[in-house]
Amino acid sequence: MVQPLEYLKESPSQTAGPYVHIGCTPNFTGIEMYGGDLGTSMKTGPVKGEEITIKGTVYDGTGTPLRDALIEIWQPDAAGLFPSANETRGAADPNFTGWGRSPGDMTTGEFVFETVKPGAVPWPDGQMQAPHITAWIVARGINIGLHTRIYFEDEADANAIDPILSRIEHQNRVPTLLAKKEKDGEYRFDIHLQGPNETIFFDI
Amino acid sequence: MNLPNTPRPGGFIPRDRSWQPEALTPAYKTSVKRSPQAALLSFPTTLSEETSPIFGHNMLGELDNDLIHNYAQPGESAIGPRIIVHGRVLDEMGRGVPGALVEFWQANAGGRYRHKKETYLAPLDPNFGGCGRAITDETGAYEFRSVKPGPYPWPNGMNDWRPAHIHFSLFGHGFAQRLITQMYFEGDPLIPLCPIVGVLKSQEAVDALTAPLDMNRTVPMDSLSYKFDMVLRGRRQTYFENRKEGM
Repeated sequence: MVQPLEYLKESPSQTAGPYVHIGCTPNFTGIEMYGGDLGTSMKTGPVKGEEITIKGTVYDGTGTPLRDALIEIWQPDAAGLFPSANETRGAADPNFTGWGRSPGDMTTGEFVFETVKPGAVPWPDGQMQAPHITAWIVARGINIGLHTRIYFEDEADANAIDPILSRIEHQNRVPTLLAKKEKDGEYRFDIHLQGPNETIFFDI
Repeated sequence: MNLPNTPRPGGFIPRDRSWQPEALTPAYKTSVKRSPQAALLSFPTTLSEETSPIFGHNMLGELDNDLIHNYAQPGESAIGPRIIVHGRVLDEMGRGVPGALVEFWQANAGGRYRHKKETYLAPLDPNFGGCGRAITDETGAYEFRSVKPGPYPWPNGMNDWRPAHIHFSLFGHGFAQRLITQMYFEGDPLIPLCPIVGVLKSQEAVDALTAPLDMNRTVPMDSLSYKFDMVLRGRRQTYFENRKEGM
């Protein structure tokens, strides 16, 4: 026998269930708690960079909007710096949290984030990635949270040489990762869990 | 500043997809139309996944980890078997994860959630909201007080029941570690019958989510206790400069 490798196994994931909002956005469900829900506002004061709104809806394989999802995003500031203890390259915008949490609307399912256009962040070899936002989706029926990325349709040059976008085999699926510009400062990023327009999800 | 022979943090260890549940688990019916069908796109973690927001202990209120009292009228308390849930948040190397945000939510002792869309006939408890939160200490430990949630029926098969459970949401030090899971209670006969428990791939995985009764942490004449440790993905530590910064 060889020596045992004494690592622990990651806790198995379980669905967030239909009532994830009780735990993560209780005030949204009418449970007044904590003086407000975490992640509601990504700005604590005047922020640097272009302020944008991202709206979207999560759809199931039949095209029905999910009305019980929870969406989180995580991103750098306009200069490409993360407001994180693990950020070693410089100090991020002190008025920007980088993290947003949005419950889908209980009737329409639409989620909304008021944020800033993220700056570029390097790939491990030093080349710059296209500006992007990390997104994470949980809901009833989703056994393990789904990671994806929001890139921007109007960053075509950066997208064309991005190390992830350019390695995707089915290039016709790349648009599922692009936020569509609806007007200045407003983007739409719909998420399709299944079907012909299924969003590309990541195993990171 | 890294001293010579000081290990540097590397990327997160890939998620073990052979251990984690599949997206499509037909016995849990809602998964059928909510499961991606294309293969996931795999790539090593980057700064976007190795960083995470900061949640400070100073954001917590005194009763945030006391579900018996955090929604109750002054002088009153939630109804049900009083329990203390405690444990540690660890990484795959067995190291405690300090500063982790742990959020939890549950049904009341009758198996009823406080939610507009909840239709179960069991009554609401006016003194029970059903949510709480904690941030782990320097050893990765957390604890909270609550009442034991009741089991409840749910629309899936004609007669499916959820075992008593508490939902957990975990934030570690990297967005790659983000995890939601559920805790079950030792000895609950509904555990092996539940289609949501059934998405787990092995008895070992079910055991990993089943909290034992912990008599050492009970409060005599007051509360029972259950111990529940959770494990987040680990991050490589390397002495060797074989990976570029940030990978």
